[in-house]
Amino acid sequence: MTPTRPDTKVADVDPHGQSDLDRVSEPEYAETEQPPAARARMTPKSPDTNTGAHTGLSVRLEQLRAFYGAAEQVKGIDLDFHANEVTAIIGPSGCGKSTMIRCINRMHEEIPGARAEGRVLLDDADLYGSSVDVVAVRRAIGMVFQKPNPFPTMSIFDNVAAGLRLSGRRGGDLHAKVETALRGASLWDEVSDRLDEPGAGLSGGQQQRLCIARSLAVEPEVILMDEPCSALDPVATLKIEELIAELKSTVTIVIVTHNMQQAARVADRTAFMLDGKLVEVGPTQEIFTKPDDPRTEEYVTGKFG
Amino acid sequence: MSTPTAADERLARFAVSPARRRKDAIARRTILGATIVALIPLVLIIYYLLSKGLGAWNANFFTTDPTGNTFFKNSSIGGIKSAILGTIEMVALASAIAVPIGVGVAVWLVEYGKTGWFAQAVRFFVDVLTGVPSIVFGLFIFIVLVVGTGSSFAGYKGSLALSLLMLPVVIRSAEVILLLVPAGLRESALALGAPRWKVIFSIVLPTALPGMVTGVLLAVARAAGETAPLLFTAASTKKTSFNLGGFMNSLPVQIYGDVTSPTTAVVNRAWGAALTLVTLILLLNLIARLISRRSRLA
Repeated sequence: MTPTRPDTKVADVDPHGQSDLDRVSEPEYAETEQPPAARARMTPKSPDTNTGAHTGLSVRLEQLRAFYGAAEQVKGIDLDFHANEVTAIIGPSGCGKSTMIRCINRMHEEIPGARAEGRVLLDDADLYGSSVDVVAVRRAIGMVFQKPNPFPTMSIFDNVAAGLRLSGRRGGDLHAKVETALRGASLWDEVSDRLDEPGAGLSGGQQQRLCIARSLAVEPEVILMDEPCSALDPVATLKIEELIAELKSTVTIVIVTHNMQQAARVADRTAFMLDGKLVEVGPTQEIFTKPDDPRTEEYVTGKFG
Repeated sequence: MSTPTAADERLARFAVSPARRRKDAIARRTILGATIVALIPLVLIIYYLLSKGLGAWNANFFTTDPTGNTFFKNSSIGGIKSAILGTIEMVALASAIAVPIGVGVAVWLVEYGKTGWFAQAVRFFVDVLTGVPSIVFGLFIFIVLVVGTGSSFAGYKGSLALSLLMLPVVIRSAEVILLLVPAGLRESALALGAPRWKVIFSIVLPTALPGMVTGVLLAVARAAGETAPLLFTAASTKKTSFNLGGFMNSLPVQIYGDVTSPTTAVVNRAWGAALTLVTLILLLNLIARLISRRSRLA
């Protein structure tokens, strides 16, 4: 397939006209050298100042390639994640879904020998620009991992506060922020009377919601979820899915999942990946009912993968 | 006990054969025997330490310095106060040198050096250092700091020799423990937007603390029991000294001196000193474990 194909598709199905807006604003940055990189530092911080009106930001991938040593795992992806929407990434194991989303918050490069090429734009700011601080990128783009991994030495309270403390944002009422984050993750009612107990003592589903609360506490604009329910039972999974639906009013969510029903339940848009390439992206309903590509149809109907 | 039914026949294919039972019995007894053989010296050491060492312990044993009178009765040879304090002082200084440096090297190896050529070279030399006999460290300090500077023996020189001895043990054990900290913890902390140094101090080190305490204690125990590196670095003295710049007594050197004495009372003092050394390390173990458990919960 040609690399231009997903681009045109994106423009076609974009309900908000977001990408058109982006294109209009692009010439402004062409005039001055620095702004996109400089904004990457500024954007994560500006929404924090007005705590009430917190909202998600759009993310755009342009010809994103990711490598492990010489092996190319993500082979040139163009993809838009719309602000305050849930985008699901589906595809068979090893197709590069996780690698791709790890490039968005620059976690991919933490693996020895791994590197990424191309552009990742957070609300037009190139996160791979030369003056970008990766730490600032990760404050703006949170991540929830496959296995719930609360910090074992910390209490429930400290786990949620950890994000604020570790990223050097001690200001304000810590207790209020922790409560807000726990409420945001629908965990407050279950743990409010035992905030001092170790986070590792919770059930798997509660631990995963604790991890979501932990990433919510730093008020990111985007949350990446890498198969967040694969280690959880159906009841815990349902709670996380309900949570995702609530969260999208304040953040943009990208969720990698192997569970097609989950993608259908939670995602506004779904992207199908195969062998490191984007096959197709569109409104979830369309991807599951009348996909353009025969490979997508085969995958979502369970004929392979 | 009637004729075999159909159910019995179906069970027959799950039956354990006599040969299998015999082999199992032999294997079990062999490893049990090996365990017992290994326990014999351990039990004997504890038995002799207690039976001979406790006899030497009395009120004056811990509160008086050795007198040097070795041809008189038990009461006049003195205790081991200077040796106990000397060991505590020198090992404390050696730990203060070796533990921060060792943990620092381990953190660098695990978090930054990883599998790079320099990190691999460091690991190789640390392994070499682990295998160096303790007397060689003593000799090295003797050549460099005693002969080299033309000065005399001193407690701090003994500490330096001991810290060289501890360093590879601390590095290696801390590295192993740091590698056990799940990569997911580092990743989730980094993904929260934490700078790497904060991830190390707030997440990695606290998680690894209980394990690292064990490694550090191994190193401390090893250092506290060494005679060879102290013989010609700190030498020995009878007087209690709090001056690490001067001669300093230590338990191993005291034991070494005492066992070669022709006087029974002095040889018994060696047993008492040996029991004291073992008790000190046991106490240190207990205290460190209590501290690391408490800090883990906090």
